[in-house]
Amino acid sequence: MTMDILARSGLRPARRQPPRLGLRPGTRLTLLSAASIAVALGLWFGLAWSGLLPKMLLPSPWDVAQALVKNIGVPFAGATLQQHLLASLGRFFSGFALAVALGVPVGLAMGWFAPFRYAIAPFFETFRFIAPLAWVPFAALWFGTGIGGPILIVFSGAFAACVINTFRGAQMTDARLIEACRTMGAGNWRLIVDVLLPSALPSIMTGIRVAAALGWQSLIGAELIVASSGVGYLIVQGQGSVETPIVMAGMATIGFVGLVIDLGLRRIDAHIGRNWRVDA
Amino acid sequence: MAVATPLRRSLLSAPAIGGAAVLAFLAAWWVSANTFDPMRIPQPGDVWDAAVQLATTGYAGGTLIEHTLQSITLAFMGFAVAAGTALPIGLAMGMSRSAEAVFGPIVAFIRPIPPLAWIPLAIIWFGLGDGAKIFVIWFTAFVPTLINTFTGVRNVDPTIVAAVRVHGAGPRRMLLDVILPGAAPLIFTGLKVSLQASWMALVAAELIGAFFGLGRVLMTAAQDIFPGMIVVAMAAVAACGATMTWLLGVVERRCLPWLRVTP
Repeated sequence: MTMDILARSGLRPARRQPPRLGLRPGTRLTLLSAASIAVALGLWFGLAWSGLLPKMLLPSPWDVAQALVKNIGVPFAGATLQQHLLASLGRFFSGFALAVALGVPVGLAMGWFAPFRYAIAPFFETFRFIAPLAWVPFAALWFGTGIGGPILIVFSGAFAACVINTFRGAQMTDARLIEACRTMGAGNWRLIVDVLLPSALPSIMTGIRVAAALGWQSLIGAELIVASSGVGYLIVQGQGSVETPIVMAGMATIGFVGLVIDLGLRRIDAHIGRNWRVDA
Repeated sequence: MAVATPLRRSLLSAPAIGGAAVLAFLAAWWVSANTFDPMRIPQPGDVWDAAVQLATTGYAGGTLIEHTLQSITLAFMGFAVAAGTALPIGLAMGMSRSAEAVFGPIVAFIRPIPPLAWIPLAIIWFGLGDGAKIFVIWFTAFVPTLINTFTGVRNVDPTIVAAVRVHGAGPRRMLLDVILPGAAPLIFTGLKVSLQASWMALVAAELIGAFFGLGRVLMTAAQDIFPGMIVVAMAAVAACGATMTWLLGVVERRCLPWLRVTP
């Protein structure tokens, strides 16, 4: 219809459809994606096998996979891959749990009691600009190489995201809802637990996911500097002995675990969404 | 509910409570500095002395100004490289499904790896110099700008795009007059996140291996067990981060005067 009018009026359509190679658009896009991955992998393989770059600089994906598998059986930097991973995960979940357990209540309280917000704000506005890893010297000073140091770093990476998102969620709570509950005699506690928390929950879950990503990344950073185990320690040791395949295998593990953590949190979020938010 | 008298109101105002909280914190610091080992918690006086030393005679190979300039220059260089690559790719991905199909999978592969995990590889490839830092910052700052630019372009009102197209605008005008202004708020959000991330990544990279810069000051102070200097370096890191965020906010308000930016 539109085309007819345009044709009769002597105007050309502003953009002509490019030729589609006879494929449906969906297929064409999938092929493009596949080609893009193939080219990237091909470049990597090609560069690694051409001998232009020494293996020390650019091992092939095959070398990396081999290093990964080998490291499951043979220890590197004092432990096998799964042992390093367990050490990292233990630290991560301790720090992350602490950040959520403190951050969510603080965020809710900031949303609910204005004086509390005023008291917290100056510190929050100062501390959030300190890069999490800048805590590493104090972590080392206060806790040595014990577990407290990494927990402090994960906490400093994850805490702010928990607080900010909880606070925003609490602030966005429908004021009429609060007034209605108050009229019917709900006290502070009930309002926070039964009104503020459920209505802030989507925002809280977003915050928790952001916090998990930041916490995981901060932990890896901390393990690069002060630790004697963990995947971060593994890759920095790999760098020290120029075992590039180990470094890349460690990076892949770190990325994969980060992805799994995020997927897990997404599942929890979806679960909460189904069972709670619908009738809230 | 208590009656809100003027005195009560001024006592419960934000500056009064905030100020009181800061005073309470300083008092708690002073008390704990006098209770605990001074090697663990620095006295306020130590911090002042360290600040004076860093500003005048210097520490870890340079004065405060020199270290700060080095760090800020590097962070901005890395940020510029990241923004300069992420913006065009994000725009292309937003405007063309084909570009999205080409770049999407590669971004999806790189994205889950935390940027700081690139530091050892960067050191293998580029050594301890500036190249490694710019590389790490590039990986850190690339994704936020890319994702936000892409989302911003996709969020431009399709009615407007269709209307402009019907009126015969070419791709150039479409990009400059419709897509860019429409996506600008989200692009700036992405740039802000990227800039903060650049700074954090740089500090991390300098902590792990550097000859110079604020991260180097932190690391040297940690090795010398000099808590006063650690506090000074942390404060300098925070101050630079805050200044950068503020500057980008000013630029944002200049570039997007039609938006009332809510802090």
